[in-house]
Amino acid sequence: MFPLSSTTDTPTEAPRDTVREAELARILEALGAGVVDSLLKPNDDMWIRVTAETWRATAEKLKALGYTYFGYVSAIDWLPSPFGKSEDDASGPSGERDSTIKQGYTGGDTRFQVIARLVQPFTTIGINIKVDVADDVMAVDSWSSVFAGANWHEREAHEMFGIGFNGHPDLRNMYLPTDFEGHPMRKDFPLLARIVKPWPGIVDVEPLPGDDEEEGEAS
Amino acid sequence: MNAVLFASDLPYWLQSIFRVLGGLVAVLLPAGTVVYLFLFKMLSFMQSRLGPMEAGPYGSMQLFAEVGKWLQKEDIVPANAQPEARIFKMAPLIVLASTFLLVVVVPFGPDALFTDFETGIFYALAVSSISVLGILIAGWASANKYSLLGGLRAAGQLVAYELPMVLAVIGVVIQAGTMNLQQIVVAQNTGSMFGWDGIGNPYVLTQFVAFIIFMISVQAELSQTPFDMPIAESELVSGYMTEYSGFRFLIFFIGEFATAGVFAMIASILFLGGWGVPFAWFGWTTIDSVDNWMNFAGPLILFAKMMALVFFIMWIRFSSPRLREDQLQRFAWKVLIPISLVNIMLTAVLKVAF
Amino acid sequence: MTMLGDRQQLAYIASQAADARVNVELETEGMTLNIGPQHPATHGTLRIIARLDGEQVVWAEPSAGYMHRGYEKLTEVRTFPQVTALVNRIDWLGSFANEVPFILAAEKLMGVEAPSRAQHIRTILFELSRIANVSLFLGDLGVQLGAITPVFFAFRDREYVLNLIEGATGGRFHPNFDRIGGLKDDLPAGFIDETRIVMKKLRTFCDQIEDLLFGNEIFQSRTRGIGVIPKDVALSYGLSGANLRASGVDWDLRRDQDIPMAWNKTDFKVITHPDGDSFARCWVRLQEVRESTKIVDQLLDTIPAGPVMAKVPKIIKVPEGEAWVSTENPLGEMGYYVVSQGDQGPFRVKIRSASFNNISIVPWLLKGVYVPDIITILASLYFILGDIDR
Repeated sequence: MFPLSSTTDTPTEAPRDTVREAELARILEALGAGVVDSLLKPNDDMWIRVTAETWRATAEKLKALGYTYFGYVSAIDWLPSPFGKSEDDASGPSGERDSTIKQGYTGGDTRFQVIARLVQPFTTIGINIKVDVADDVMAVDSWSSVFAGANWHEREAHEMFGIGFNGHPDLRNMYLPTDFEGHPMRKDFPLLARIVKPWPGIVDVEPLPGDDEEEGEAS
Repeated sequence: MNAVLFASDLPYWLQSIFRVLGGLVAVLLPAGTVVYLFLFKMLSFMQSRLGPMEAGPYGSMQLFAEVGKWLQKEDIVPANAQPEARIFKMAPLIVLASTFLLVVVVPFGPDALFTDFETGIFYALAVSSISVLGILIAGWASANKYSLLGGLRAAGQLVAYELPMVLAVIGVVIQAGTMNLQQIVVAQNTGSMFGWDGIGNPYVLTQFVAFIIFMISVQAELSQTPFDMPIAESELVSGYMTEYSGFRFLIFFIGEFATAGVFAMIASILFLGGWGVPFAWFGWTTIDSVDNWMNFAGPLILFAKMMALVFFIMWIRFSSPRLREDQLQRFAWKVLIPISLVNIMLTAVLKVAF
Repeated sequence: MTMLGDRQQLAYIASQAADARVNVELETEGMTLNIGPQHPATHGTLRIIARLDGEQVVWAEPSAGYMHRGYEKLTEVRTFPQVTALVNRIDWLGSFANEVPFILAAEKLMGVEAPSRAQHIRTILFELSRIANVSLFLGDLGVQLGAITPVFFAFRDREYVLNLIEGATGGRFHPNFDRIGGLKDDLPAGFIDETRIVMKKLRTFCDQIEDLLFGNEIFQSRTRGIGVIPKDVALSYGLSGANLRASGVDWDLRRDQDIPMAWNKTDFKVITHPDGDSFARCWVRLQEVRESTKIVDQLLDTIPAGPVMAKVPKIIKVPEGEAWVSTENPLGEMGYYVVSQGDQGPFRVKIRSASFNNISIVPWLLKGVYVPDIITILASLYFILGDIDR
C-alpha cells in the first residue's frame, strides 16, 4: 500500500500555496498600514510584523477575520547570549563574542519582540504576529481584553522578559517570587547552573543508525 | 426466662464487668472483622489486587499491625488548636462513645442482652446522634478550614438523615406495636404471613420501602460513599479527621467501622429478624419458650445477618462516586422524607385494616 | 468583557449583582481557602486560592509556579538532540508525545523528513502515550469524585501500555526515542502482536470505565451541567484538545493538519460533544481512547518496511529560520516555536503547552460553583503540573 522506502534527503519544491496567499492578502488589506512586513512560507506558515501602535487593533481585526483561536503570546530577546552558545566548550578559548542583533523572519528594529499566534479554527491556518518593543518604552498594549487567554501569557512574558502590557488587569508574577530581581528569559540573565558548573560542551554525540559508512562526509 | 446467661444472682459489680467486656467484644469484634474482611480483602479483590498478604495467613493479622502502627505514632495537636486542646482531644472519644451507647440496647439472644429497654429503638436513634456532636467538635476544634467545612457538612448531613431514619423506623414500630428491640425481634419471628409461618414475618418484606430508606440513611449516617462529603479525601482531605493522628485517628477509624457494624445489627434486628430464627421451626411460641442454646446461636445468627448488611454498605461505598452536599440534602428532604411519610401512612392504614 | 457572549455576560452580571446583594444583606466575611499546593485534587503542586461564601466560590485564582523548571531557558543552552530529554518531562504521562512536535519543528527547519516507517512508528508511540495518559485520567476521575475503584483498573491497564512503550524505547516514562530525521531504533520483535492484544484489553477497559463511572447516576449528577464552557470562550482562552472538542468545536490537529505523521493514513472519528460541561469533557476523552486504539490497530496493519532514520549529519546544525509545529497531544495542542540562528542549539524555543491555556480559564470557570465542583472542574479540565509550569 505504501512505498517500501520513501527516504528523501531534500523535500520537493513546495508548490504555490494559494490558500495562504489569499488569506495573507485578506489580512494585509484589513490591517492596512499597520503591517510593517510580512512573510509567507508556502504550505507552512505566515508571519506578519505590525507596529506597536496597532498591536491591539491587530488582534481585534484578526479576530474579526476569523482568527478566533488564541495560541499564545510570548517574547523573543534577540540579543545573542553573552555567555556563549550551547555547543561552546567551556574549557576552550572564549574569544570575542558576536553581539550584533540578528532578527528573524520579518525583521525588526529592537532587541525585544513580542510574538503571538492566532489560528483560524477548522482550517488550522495560523498566523504568527510580531511586534517590536521599543527599548525606552518596554511595553505594548495588552491583548487580554481581546483574547481572555492572553492574560496569563502576558503575565509570563512580563516576568520572564520584563515587557509591560498596557491595560493588563493584573501583571503579577506568575512563577517567580514577588521580590525576584531580574528577568530570567533575557539573554543577559545568567543561567546559574552553567556558572557554578560549566557545561562540558558536546561530548556525547551518539552514532546514528545508518550513519556508520559515511562518517566523514557529513557536514 | 428460665435459662439465663448472665445469671441474675451474680453480684451487680460482676454483672457490670461482664457487661462492659461484652460491650467491648460486641463493638470491636464486628469492627475488626468488617475492616479485615471488607476494607482489606473485598476492596482489594474488587480492585484486582490482593490486599495485605504478609501479616499472618492471608494478611489476617494486618489489623493488629495497623493498630500497633497507629499506637506508636505521635499524638499531634496542631498549634492553632492548642488553646482548646482538651476539646480537640475529646472529640474522637465522643464519637466512639456513641457507638458503645448504641450497642447497649442491641439484643443478641433471648437472654443475652445488656439492657431491656422498653423504648429501645427510640434510645438507639437518640444516642446515635451524639456522634454528630463529636464530629462537629472535631471539625471546629481542629482550627483548620478543611476540618471546619467537613464538620459543618457532617452536621448538616447527619441532621438531615436522622429524620428519614426515624421515619423509616416508625413503620416498623407501628407494625410491631412496640419500641422494644427484643420484642420487635420476637414479633418478626413469631409472626406469620397469610397464615404461613415458615419464615416468620421479617419486616424486610412488609416494610421494604422503610428498609431501603433505613439503609440509605445508615449509609449517610456513617458518612460512607456516596454520602462521604464530610470526609471527602479528594476535596476536603479527610475533613474533620485531617488534623488527627496516631491514637486519636485510630479511634475515629474504629468508630467508623464499629458504627457500621452496630447500625447493621440494628437494621438486621428491625428488618431481618435479629438474632432469632422463625420460632415455628422449633415449636416455640413466645420468648419464654425459646431454648437456652439460642443464647449462643443467637449472636452468631445476628453476626451473620450483620455481615450481610455490611457487605452491601461496603459494596456501595467502594463502587460509587460521591454526591454533592446540596444534592444530598435535596435527596433527603425531597425524596426520602416524603416517601417515608407515605410509608408510615400506608403502614398505619394497613395495620388498622388487618 | 468582549470575550463573553451577550447571554453569558448578562448571566454573569446578574450573578455578580446577586452576590453583591447577598453580601450586603448578610454582611458576611468570606473565607479564603487554599486548595493546594499540597492537595490530592491538584495531583501535583498547583495552588488554588478560593474565596468562599459558605461553600460557594466567590473568587478563585490558580497560583502556578511551584514546579517551574525553566525549560525555555534551558533549551537555549542545549543542542537540538539534547532538548528532547528536557521536553519529555513537560507532560510526564504522555512523554513521547512531547518530543514529536519539537523534532518535527527541527526537521522542518532542516528540510529533513523522517522515512515513512519512522513516521508510522512515531504515530503509534504517540497514540500509545495518549492512551497511557488518558487512561490514567479516566481512573483518576473516579478518585476525584469519590469512587476509589476505577483508578486501580486504570493503573492495571495502563501498565500494559507502558510495557509496550518500554519494550520499544527502553523507557517507561521518558522514552527520549525521537531523533531528528527518524527514530533511535526500529521496533522490537513481537511488538506488533503484543500491541494488538493490549489494544483489545484497553477497549475492554474503556467499556469497564463506561459501565462503572459514566453510567453511574451519581457521576452524571456530579458532572452534568458543571463547569460549562461555551464555544467562543473556549476559543478565546485557547483551550485545546478534548476540552475544546467537548464544547462542540470539531477540530483535531491530527485530522486537520498536514504534518509528516501517519494520522492521515488512518480512518478515525473526531469526537465532539455539544454540551461543554464536565461530563462532556470526560466523555470525549473516554471515546478518544477508543479511537486511539483503533488508530494504533490500523497503523499496525499498514506499517511499511524501510529504514527508521533519514540521512542526517552527525553533528546537527539547524539552518537559520523559525518554525511553529503543534500536534494534538493527550492534553491538547502542544506547540513549539523554534527559532534557530544556524547553531547546534536553538536560539529560542517557545513551548506552548496545552495545560497552561486550559488552566487559565479556571478563574472564569470557578465563579459561583461549590467547593466539590472545584474538584470536578479541575479533574475534568485535566491538567498536568509539568505541562502548566514547564
